[in-house]
Amino acid sequence: MSDITDAIVNAFYLIITADRDLVEIVILSLQVNLLAIFISCAIGLSLGALLAVYRFRGRTITLIALSALMGLPPVVVGLIVYMFLSNSGPLGVLGLLYTPTAMVIAQVILITPIIAALTRQTLEAIYEEYKEQLKSLGVGKLGMAATLLWDGRYQLITVILVGFGRALSEVGAVMIVGGNINHVTRIMTTAIALETSKGNLSLALGLGIILIILSFIVNGLVHAINLTAERYAYA
Amino acid sequence: MLNSAQVTNLFPLKVENLSLNFGGRNKSQPLINGMSFTINQSGITAIMGPNGAGKSLTLRLLHGLLIPTSGKISWYQKGENSEQTKAMQNQQAMVFQKPVLLRRSVTENLRYTLRVKNITDKNEQQKLIDEALEKAGLEDQAKNPARRLSGGEQQKLAMVRALMTRPAILFLDEPTASLDPNATKAIEDMVLSASEAGTKIIIVTHDIGQANRITDEIIFLNKGQMTEQAPTKTLIEAPQSKAARQYFRGEIVLDD
Ligand SMILES: Nc1ncnc2c1ncn2[C@@H]1O[C@H](COP(=O)(O)OP(=O)(O)O)[C@@H](O)[C@H]1O
Ligand SMILES: [Mg+2]
Repeated sequence: MSDITDAIVNAFYLIITADRDLVEIVILSLQVNLLAIFISCAIGLSLGALLAVYRFRGRTITLIALSALMGLPPVVVGLIVYMFLSNSGPLGVLGLLYTPTAMVIAQVILITPIIAALTRQTLEAIYEEYKEQLKSLGVGKLGMAATLLWDGRYQLITVILVGFGRALSEVGAVMIVGGNINHVTRIMTTAIALETSKGNLSLALGLGIILIILSFIVNGLVHAINLTAERYAYA
Repeated sequence: MLNSAQVTNLFPLKVENLSLNFGGRNKSQPLINGMSFTINQSGITAIMGPNGAGKSLTLRLLHGLLIPTSGKISWYQKGENSEQTKAMQNQQAMVFQKPVLLRRSVTENLRYTLRVKNITDKNEQQKLIDEALEKAGLEDQAKNPARRLSGGEQQKLAMVRALMTRPAILFLDEPTASLDPNATKAIEDMVLSASEAGTKIIIVTHDIGQANRITDEIIFLNKGQMTEQAPTKTLIEAPQSKAARQYFRGEIVLDD
């Protein structure tokens, strides 16, 4: 019992004194996940907006595939990215395995379908409402997609935050392709897993507390944005 | 873009044997079923008829929002009638029964239309926006979210937005159906002044009083067909078709 009490006290001590290892891990986590979410948004928001306005053969299949990709098991994505990046894999020469770049790639593969599918769903609802008016004004399909991205801005920020939250809490895929190497590819979730198994509960708990705080912030933002959107009737 | 000189070039508008059916359903009974009529430049044209007659669909066909299954819509241009082009559609505007406003401020809703219509000069934009705001009486609400306006204000905004680039034709689908008398009056005044300024108005309405007040002719539709077309007074006082008699006299005549 006192072990656990000690661990909790130590965890707060690590946070308050900005322990070097802890800070390094938090910063790398944020770097990897912010870069991943940035790339996922660039791809996912455009793809989602285009899928919301274009009607083509195979669209239904595409949407089903996208939903299926949303639920990809992270460890399987990790395994596949691992096989591509390993020395004997097709991209082995790039030497990316066990680097932060490999983790970004895995995260992008996991998050992009989520952003794209939620964007499509959000914007298609607005499209149904807008399409006749926009067509009447003479707006083309690409113009419509751009209009929807702007008019769906509040909901889309929420979508992005959901993606970011998902990336922050991900562990399986980044563990496999990053290798959880100290000072190189160790991020919050993988460090928690490792330190816990080593019995170093203080660092694990310290990181856990930070993750929970980040999660609260993300969800708080989602809530605040929804309230603002409703107040303006932009929801 | 802003001159209404081309306006007269688009009329007469000829609709010949127009039909529309969606997909496989109701093949035997198209929603628009062999409709023919001619609309001239002068005056305001009302499209009337019972619910489900095909008034909204007809308006969308004329505006090019729907493609007919068969038949022809042709506009007069350069001495002959030709099918609608993108350029012709660009000279038209439409206001829907339930106004569709963007998730932006009142001003930004107006600016959006200007940008789409390639009016990019900031000063000209501001001038047109100020004019529109004044016409709609929305100067005080300029920065407010458009979707927070009252129903009447939203419809006035939709009207000035449609009119701000001086379209050759304005299609109105029951624009006052859910408005109170004051807002209705404001919309009707806008319709009349736009008509005087040279915009051809084609309006769907259920309101016989409104037809009397502002329109010059009525095209009466029933079950996807045109049953008659006549000057407003004539048609309301002496409807010829059975469907129109039922409609204007409130006679209840059941189908056989
Ligand atoms: N998108 C659609 N698909 C199938 N049927 C439709 C569609 N839009 C309208 N209809 C049908 O066409 C008929 C005419 O509709 P509409 O033009 O909206 O009537 P109204 O004269 O009341 O404006 C109605 O019976 C309606 O149910
Ligand atoms: Mg209708």
